[in-house]
Amino acid sequence: MAKSKAHDAFFSPIFKDNPIAVQVLGICSALAVTVKFEPTVVMCLAVIAVVALSNASIALIRTQIPSSIRIIVQMTVIASLVIIVDQFIQAFAFSVSQQLSVFVGLIITNCIVMGRAEGFAMQNNVKLSFLDGLGNGIGYSLILLIVVTVRELFGSGKLFGMQVMEIASIDAAGVATGWYPRNGLMLLPPSAFFIIGLTIWALRIWKPEEA
Amino acid sequence: MEHHASLFVKSVFTENLALAFFLGMCTYLALSKNVKTAFSLGLAVIVIQGITVPANNLIYQHLLKPGGWLPSMIGSDIDLTFLGLISYIGVIAAMVQILEMTLDRFFPPLYNALGIFLPLITVNCAILGGTLFMVERNYTFGESFTYGIGSGVGWALAIVALAGVREKLKYHDVPAGLRGLGITFITVGLIAMAFMSFSGIKL
Repeated sequence: MAKSKAHDAFFSPIFKDNPIAVQVLGICSALAVTVKFEPTVVMCLAVIAVVALSNASIALIRTQIPSSIRIIVQMTVIASLVIIVDQFIQAFAFSVSQQLSVFVGLIITNCIVMGRAEGFAMQNNVKLSFLDGLGNGIGYSLILLIVVTVRELFGSGKLFGMQVMEIASIDAAGVATGWYPRNGLMLLPPSAFFIIGLTIWALRIWKPEEA
Repeated sequence: MEHHASLFVKSVFTENLALAFFLGMCTYLALSKNVKTAFSLGLAVIVIQGITVPANNLIYQHLLKPGGWLPSMIGSDIDLTFLGLISYIGVIAAMVQILEMTLDRFFPPLYNALGIFLPLITVNCAILGGTLFMVERNYTFGESFTYGIGSGVGWALAIVALAGVREKLKYHDVPAGLRGLGITFITVGLIAMAFMSFSGIKL
């Protein structure tokens, strides 16, 4: 029983209860970073770290938090973790941190983090909460990776940061190179909305009972 | 003055927080089912944004930035900006609470209209996002006031527009799997495309 509970806490948010597609949480700070592969991966790792650690630390102190001020306490824990992650990214991946600009800071108000802290970590023990946070972070990353793969492939002909389709252009000597005309819309905000909308549609056809 | 007008137009249309930066999406999608609710929420965002962005500007300029009042009083050039996130979110939470109590005491009709939406605004990324953009772009106090109001108006405009579309959408036959969230995303995408045609406009 204990094992299956841990199993559930980890796996159900990845597919069955996906935070973005099913619970509609945490779309806010996510979509703007999905133009290029590298910043997206960093953002995903940052969110996984923050959700898992904040869930674990809030579960650790859940019996000590007076319920009237719990939101402020949760906010403080989350904000401190985000500051650590932010400083870490600035120190070890400065160029990526420039591209992510304000969006690392916005993990604080990412509804996934608050939602899981309030909805799961306040009632469950440290181990389960950690697994739940990990699962939610990964579920969130999954959607982000789908979106970034589509946008990068059609927008700039790259897959996982590597050029797979050569962009059609005319070089300085007037010779035409490449064959793929880039789809500029994919690099602009509206495309992310379309891709998520269609992903949700696909998920609901695949598993209609969760809609 | 011209500079402020240009900043205002920019923050309302070309750099719309909801449609160009995806901020405040959770509330944006969840509470845009009818125009009246959307309008109250938009109003609350304008007010809070107009207060918190300048307030956080003061904190950033005088307490955190090297060379500000607090670091120079301690007598060194320490950089406290790493404390930014935690202080901004504190200010936002406190401001929302103060505004809620003030409205309750002095303007009960407005308090009843905004009611449940005020606490929700604390966790609306558009509010924190506005502050972080203000810090990143290094606005002065005056500019941050204009930017706060402008970005609030932009967000309010976007949510009222979406609510208007969704009210009409109720009478349409949408494919089963796309109903609800799916079609909403696609609608937002189309509104975002329309807003993109404002880009490049300068006063």
